[in-house]
Parts: sequence; C-alpha cells; structure tokens
Amino acid sequence: MNEIEFLTWVRGTGLNIALGLFVLGMLWRLVEIYTLGRKKDLAPTRKVAGASGWHTIARRSMPPHSMLKRSPVSYFGGYIFHLGLFITVFFFAPHIKLVESLLGISWPGLPSQVIDAVTVVTLATMLLVLFDRINNPVKRFLSTFGDYLAWALTFLPLLTGFLAVKHLLLPYTTMLALHILSVELLLIALPFTKLIHVVTLFASRWYNGDISGKRGVPV
Amino acid sequence: MDKEETLLDHMEREGMSRRTFLKYCASLASLMALPPSAAAAMAEALGKAKRPSVIWLPFQECTGCTESITRSHTPSVEGLIFDMISLDYQETLMAAAGHQSEEALQTAMKENFGKYVLIVDGSVATGLDGAYSCIAGRSNLDLLKEAARGAAAIIALGSCAAFGGIPKANPNPTGAVAVSDIIKDKPIVNISGCPPIPVVITGVLAHYLTFGTLPELDGLGRPKAFYGETIHDRCYRRPFYDQGKFAKTFDDEGARKGWCLFELGCKGPVTYNACATTKWNDSTSFPIESGHGCIGCSEPDFWDAGGFYKALSTPANPLKYVGAAAAIGVAAGAAVSVANRASKNAAKAAHEKTTLSDIEK
Repeated sequence: MNEIEFLTWVRGTGLNIALGLFVLGMLWRLVEIYTLGRKKDLAPTRKVAGASGWHTIARRSMPPHSMLKRSPVSYFGGYIFHLGLFITVFFFAPHIKLVESLLGISWPGLPSQVIDAVTVVTLATMLLVLFDRINNPVKRFLSTFGDYLAWALTFLPLLTGFLAVKHLLLPYTTMLALHILSVELLLIALPFTKLIHVVTLFASRWYNGDISGKRGVPV
Repeated sequence: MDKEETLLDHMEREGMSRRTFLKYCASLASLMALPPSAAAAMAEALGKAKRPSVIWLPFQECTGCTESITRSHTPSVEGLIFDMISLDYQETLMAAAGHQSEEALQTAMKENFGKYVLIVDGSVATGLDGAYSCIAGRSNLDLLKEAARGAAAIIALGSCAAFGGIPKANPNPTGAVAVSDIIKDKPIVNISGCPPIPVVITGVLAHYLTFGTLPELDGLGRPKAFYGETIHDRCYRRPFYDQGKFAKTFDDEGARKGWCLFELGCKGPVTYNACATTKWNDSTSFPIESGHGCIGCSEPDFWDAGGFYKALSTPANPLKYVGAAAAIGVAAGAAVSVANRASKNAAKAAHEKTTLSDIEK
C-alpha cells in the first residue's frame, strides 16, 4: 500500500468503518444506560424540580476546594488540556470545513497561529499530566490500562495533526493519513472506554445532583 | 539520419549552436540536482552519443504520452534528442505498418540485444491470458516479456505503464497491471503522469547516455530529481493556502484572484511531480495556473482517490454505514438492557430478608 492508497483508505473505507462503529457503540451504550431503570419517584419535590441537578453541573465544573494544594498538576493541567482540545478540535479551520461538508453547518475558525500555540501548550500539558500520573504513587496505583489507553488515543490525533500541518517527520500525505487513522481509533474506542464522558458528563452530573437533592442531601 | 552521426553533428545540421546545447546541458544538470561538473560531462557524453536503440511498445494506452513527448516545444533540444535516438519501433510514429513493423521490431531486438532501451506506455492486461490487448495477434503480456529480455533498461512512461493508471481503475475489468508487476529482473524507471512531462523523459535519457546509469529513484521508482517534491510545496498559489484564502467555486472572487484551489479538490499536497517547476507547453503554465486543481495524475491509483473535486480534508462517503450501524447499536443496547433487567429481576427474586436471628447467629 503506497501513501496515497493509505490516505484514500483512511478517508474512505476506514472512516466508514470507524464512524459506523462509533454510532453503533454510542447508541448501544446510551440505550443501555437509559434503560437501566430508575425507581418511580413517589415523593413530592422539595424545592424546584431539577435545581439540584443544574447546581451540581455548575459546581462540579468549578475546581474543588483545596484541590490546588492537593494536586496542582490536575488543577491546571485538567483545565488547560480540555480547553485546548476543545479549541483545536472545533476552531481549526479544516475541521470546520469537514463538519460543513458533512452536516452543512459552519462557524468562524481561529487563525492558524493561535491554533498552533494552543496545540503546543496542550501537547505539553498532556505530557505533564501523564508524567504526574506515573510519578505520583497514588495516581499510579489507581491507574489502569484503560487510563493509559484513553490518554494515548487522545494524544495521538493532536500530535499527528500538528506534525501534518507543520510538515514534520513524515511526508504530509502519510502524516495526514496517520492523523485521520488516529482519529478513527479514537472514535471506535470512545463509546467503550472512559472517554464516553464526552457525552455522559453533564447528564451524569445532573443525575447525581438531582438524586441527592431528592434525598435531602444539600448540594 | 546516419547511424554514425553524433548528437552534436545533428544539432549543427539543424542550425542549433553549441552554446545553446551547453546551456541546455547545464539547465538539465541543475534541474536534476547534479553537481556543476556534471553539465560538462553531460555535454561531452551527449555530444558524442550515437543513436541508442529505443524500442517503444504501446499497450493499453491512449497515445497521450506520445502526444506529450512529440508536442514538446519544437524546435528544442528535447525534440532533437528525441530525433537523435534510434526509435526502431513506435507504432504511432513509424512509417512501416503490418508485417513490416513487426519485422522492424524483431530486427531491432536481435541487433541490439542487451543494449536497447525499452519504453513502454500503457498498462499490461493480464485478464483472459492477456487477450484484452493484442498487437499482431500477440498479447501485450507476451510482447513485454519478450522485449524485456534483451533490454538494458525499461522506462515505464506514463501512469498506466508505471502504476496501471486508468485501465487499472476500479473495477479493473482487464486485469491491468504496471510493467514493474511483470518484469522483476531489469532496472525500471517509472515516469508517471497522465501524460508525463517531456523534459522528464529527455532528462532520464540524457542521464542514461551520460553516466550509463539510471538516475536516483524514489520509493515508487520515479526519478527523484523530478518527483522529489509535491506540487503543493512548489505551487505559486501556496501563500494563499498558508493565509487561508481559498476559491470556493470555479467562478467566485477567490478564483478570479487566483487563490488556493485546495477546497475545490486540488491534490497538489499529495502529488509528487515537477509541473509547478518545469510547467507545460514551453514553460507557459500548468493546470493550477490555468485555474484547475491538480488531479494527482502522477500518483498510483489517482483515478480512485476519492473524487477530483473533493477537498483532501473531506472524506469520500463517510455516512455509508451509519444507518445500519445505528440500527444495530439500538438493537444491541436493547438486548443488553433486557439482559440487565433479567439479572436484576433474578437478583430481586433471590433476595432473602435478613432477620434478627440471622444476625444473632
């Protein structure tokens, strides 16, 4: 398989398979979670219905009290790399073009110099976060294979994308193909790993807050 | 032309000065990234060169490659070099026909056995024992094997001979393959392109005549001097790409201003060829300069590379399996849900109340 065949495959068959598995896995997991079954709510709501849920979404998006001292790397690193990923994924012009070609919707992108800077900062932060995970005995003890896999699957698209744009290491064709391939691996793994938090995050926070509120736990 | 006449003699007869010839050798040497001293060596060798025998076999092709070479700007040194070689067999150009031409082929192969350069344009049909393409009752496959036996080197001219090209495009009804898929024991240069650039073939011939070897090749067997960089990297519209200025349609403001054609499907970033440097039609322009994106014709399987007008960053048909996948996903979720509920109910049924006596045990 030569470079262009590789690129054609990842843009064609590979992407078809990856998107198919992504949609399959996503619906599977969401249907499964939704039908887990909750008990019928027989008690009247204490305050405003759902208020506790919304409050929890907001509160848990803020840094927890005392976290700065306890784990400064998680405190800063967590925010930086999540925001960085959000910016590079959704505000890099070619990505917007891709969404536009698929769904017909588009929005303004950021200048490529800004994306470059954000990418470098995000890559560095992700490396730091990984180092902290390995270096800190408690974090290392708590880490499973799934955690390292999720890190790698998130890191690779960012790295290969940056190398492709900057024409580094490998010819652009190969690097672009590797970038798309890494995103495909991420798509396939996303529904079946902890990475599913990209869709369940706010729903689960809302549910936790709501159920605590109903039981009279102030949140 | 007399077989003993050298290239320089011939050029003088055609009214071309020695100075023009030397300039040509210097530019060819620099184009091929050879050291400055190579220009002199090339001039000397080319000047003395005596009509190397060239056999040109056309297979599954459209004669576009022949058109490209013969229409290379005349009168030019390329044209003269082309005159210079002893083209002993070329169906389109030769005066002979029928049995006479086949005889010429046999004679040339016998007389120059082990020394002639074999040029092939067009892919080789392998389906039905090669019956899809025959010349004088013999399959291309058969002819190629015979002619390759006595060849010093083979030049696979054009994307069809180099990579299978359009005949090999999906679903490849004739079982078309490249020359290098059949011949394994001879040096092969792939001069890809649909058609290839004239100066590339004369460059390779000049290199062969000067040094007696083939130029340095890339991973796909193409001379690195001409296929070392992408069209995109050498494109005069590259600054617009870097600034994010793209033509959105072929007749919009951006197109008129000559902005980058990436979004209109230009394959420049993944295409290795010299179009942007040497250009076409006596260095007049190249496709991107006349407003159309590169279609990537010098790359293998360019015909099936996801559409000429689709930007490289956009996928071909990504939502192909999504409908079916969604149905299977919902079904899988429902099935797991039923299983979950069954185990929940089973647990509930098996539940026994703890009594005081249990605790006191």
